[in-house]
Amino acid sequence: MAERALFFILAIVAIVSAGGVVFSRNPVRSALLLVLNFFTLALIYFMLSAQFIGALQVIVYAGAIMVLFLFVIMLLNLGSPEAVMQERDLKRPLAYLIGFGILATLVGQAFVLLLPMTPQPPSEAGTAKVIGQALFTQWAYPVLLMGVLLTVGVIGSILLARRRVS
Amino acid sequence: MEAAPLNAYLVLSAFLFTMGAIGVVVKRNPIVMFMCIELMLNAANLAFVAFARYQTDLLAQVSGHIFVLFVFGIAAAEVAIGLGIIVVIFRLRESIDVDEVSLLRG
Repeated sequence: MAERALFFILAIVAIVSAGGVVFSRNPVRSALLLVLNFFTLALIYFMLSAQFIGALQVIVYAGAIMVLFLFVIMLLNLGSPEAVMQERDLKRPLAYLIGFGILATLVGQAFVLLLPMTPQPPSEAGTAKVIGQALFTQWAYPVLLMGVLLTVGVIGSILLARRRVS
Repeated sequence: MEAAPLNAYLVLSAFLFTMGAIGVVVKRNPIVMFMCIELMLNAANLAFVAFARYQTDLLAQVSGHIFVLFVFGIAAAEVAIGLGIIVVIFRLRESIDVDEVSLLRG
C-alpha cells in the first residue's frame, strides 16, 4: 500500500513538472523543472527494480544533458522571457486537439493489454552485471553502431560550431 | 511488495508523452522544444521499463532495459547536434525564433 501511495505521489509530481516545462514562460525555469521530472522518473525506475537505469537517468539526463541545455541558454542569453516570444496563439487549439487525440489513443491502448497484470517477483535484471553481460555479448553489434552514432554526433557538432576561416 | 499495476505506469507515460507533444507544437523557442522532445523520449523509456518489469523471462527483462540505454544514446546525440545547430542559427541571425527560420520551406 505504501508503494502505491509513493507511486501516485511521484506520478503527480512528474505530471505537474512536465506541465511546468511546457507552460513556463522562462526557459531556465523550464530546464530546472525538467531536472525535477528526470529525478522523479529515476525514482520510479528504482521502484520498478531497474537500479542501473535509474542511476544512468540521473547521471546522463540530469547530469550531462541538462548541463548542455543550461549552457546553451546562458550562452545565447535567452534566460529572459522576452528573448523569444513563447507561444503562438493560433496553433494552441490545434495543439490541444492533437494532444487529446494522442492521450486518448495511448490511454485506450493501455487498458487492452494481453500481458499479465501482476508484477513478477523482483529479479536481478536491473543490475549492472546482468545488463553489462547482455550488452557486450548478445547486443554487441547494436552497441558498436551506437558508438558510431555518438562519434558522428561529436564530429558533426564540432563541424557545426567551427568558425569558417576565409 | 505490492507494486502499482502496469496500467498506472502506462497512463503516466501517456500523460508525459502528451505534454511533450503539446509543447513541441505550442512552443516557439527551439531549446524548449528540445526539452519537450526529451520529455517524450522519457515517456517511452518509462513504458519500456514498466513492460520489462512485467515480463517473466529474464532475457526479455534485460532487453527492455537495454533499449532504454539505446534511447539514452539517441537523446545524447540528438541534443549535441541540435544545440549546435541552434548556436549556429543564433550566430547567423541573432534570433532563434523557429517561425523566422524557414529556409527549407518548399
